[in-house]
Amino acid sequence: MTKDSQGFLWEVFIQSKPGQPHRHCGSVHAHDKEMALQNARDVYTRRNEGTNIWVVRSEYIVSSSPEDIGPFFEPANDKIYRHPTFYSVPEGVTHM
Amino acid sequence: MENSEQERNFDAKLERNETIEPKDWMPDNYRKHLIRQISQHAHSEIVGMLPEGNWITRAPSLRRKMVLLAKVQDEGGHGLYLYSAAETLGITREELVSQLLTGKAKYSSIFNYPTLTWADIGAIGWLVDGAAIMNQVMLQRTSYGPYARAMVRICKEESFHQRQGYEIMMVLAKGSPEQKAMAQDAINRWWWPSLMMFGPTDEKSPNSANAIKWKIKRESNDQLRQKFVNQTVPQAEIIGLTVPDKDLVWNESKKGYDFGTPDWEEFYNVIAGNGPCNKDRLAARTKAHAEGAWVREAAQAFADKRKELEVI
Ligand SMILES: [Fe+2]
Ligand SMILES: [Fe+2]
Repeated sequence: MTKDSQGFLWEVFIQSKPGQPHRHCGSVHAHDKEMALQNARDVYTRRNEGTNIWVVRSEYIVSSSPEDIGPFFEPANDKIYRHPTFYSVPEGVTHM
Repeated sequence: MENSEQERNFDAKLERNETIEPKDWMPDNYRKHLIRQISQHAHSEIVGMLPEGNWITRAPSLRRKMVLLAKVQDEGGHGLYLYSAAETLGITREELVSQLLTGKAKYSSIFNYPTLTWADIGAIGWLVDGAAIMNQVMLQRTSYGPYARAMVRICKEESFHQRQGYEIMMVLAKGSPEQKAMAQDAINRWWWPSLMMFGPTDEKSPNSANAIKWKIKRESNDQLRQKFVNQTVPQAEIIGLTVPDKDLVWNESKKGYDFGTPDWEEFYNVIAGNGPCNKDRLAARTKAHAEGAWVREAAQAFADKRKELEVI
């Protein structure tokens, strides 16, 4: 028996309504991009769950690593002046 | 024993009911347990297509045929969601498929029973999907993120499966005496195997303790079985069918039914490969896999060819 191949692994992202961001929903196997899109449609949108699908080969996804969660996101931690609550506004000022 | 920092982080996450994600550190046994459980679950969805697929061409009306086709297609989809969740743990699709075909991996033993009459399709949707839903609703809160998310998707799709099965039973039960007898015969044959779907009793369930400790499962086999009996018996009564258990009696103090013991010897025997359809099921999967090989090869050759052309 020749070695079985189920094709490449692709991550699937679905936009549920126009204007919404695409959300990751799982993965499919396919040998090329057209097949990946068709498989994603058949597997993840049997009940009109989507208006648009992105597929991307899983090996091209780059992810930060969970162990580095502290140091990696640290630069954002001490910059409370990025939030509106950091600033005081006199009583009676509205629309701000 | 001194726990590593990684282990303490893992435990703390479980404690806070946070999900464990694919790249998080996890104990080897947690990973192994999940691969076994999720792949077994995936294989069950795929093999589960066979007993029902068997009736698609013989469904009694176009409506029933459409519905059954959609249901069986959903089960195929469930298998794929679950394979995809298992793959995030570092096992490949090829390995998963080969474990099923070589008999190394198990699937739910309920699918080793034959579907003899049309009423069996009703009994499967109502009882077998009903029991599966009971388990899957719990698993929506399982600790491994990709598994939990697959379950949320599956549960949304499952409720029509159970309803269409119950509807088949209801229509038969209201029909001619022969039709009613056919429905009763189906529940007689599927009731006990459905109760066995929750697995052995808690004392006899080797993997349960870990599964509970790791929050993979949040309710025990016996608890789920009890819930299933409580919810299903009244459903049978409403359509005038009887659950084939002479020990079944309402117990007011526990607000639930007392019920008889499934034939565990039969259960272990079917798991061991001696059920009525074990051989047929594996043979059908092996045949489908072998007959699909040229399609996979051709698809790969086509993709390679196009890649070459793109480069030029
Ligand atoms: Fe399913
Ligand atoms: Fe189902």
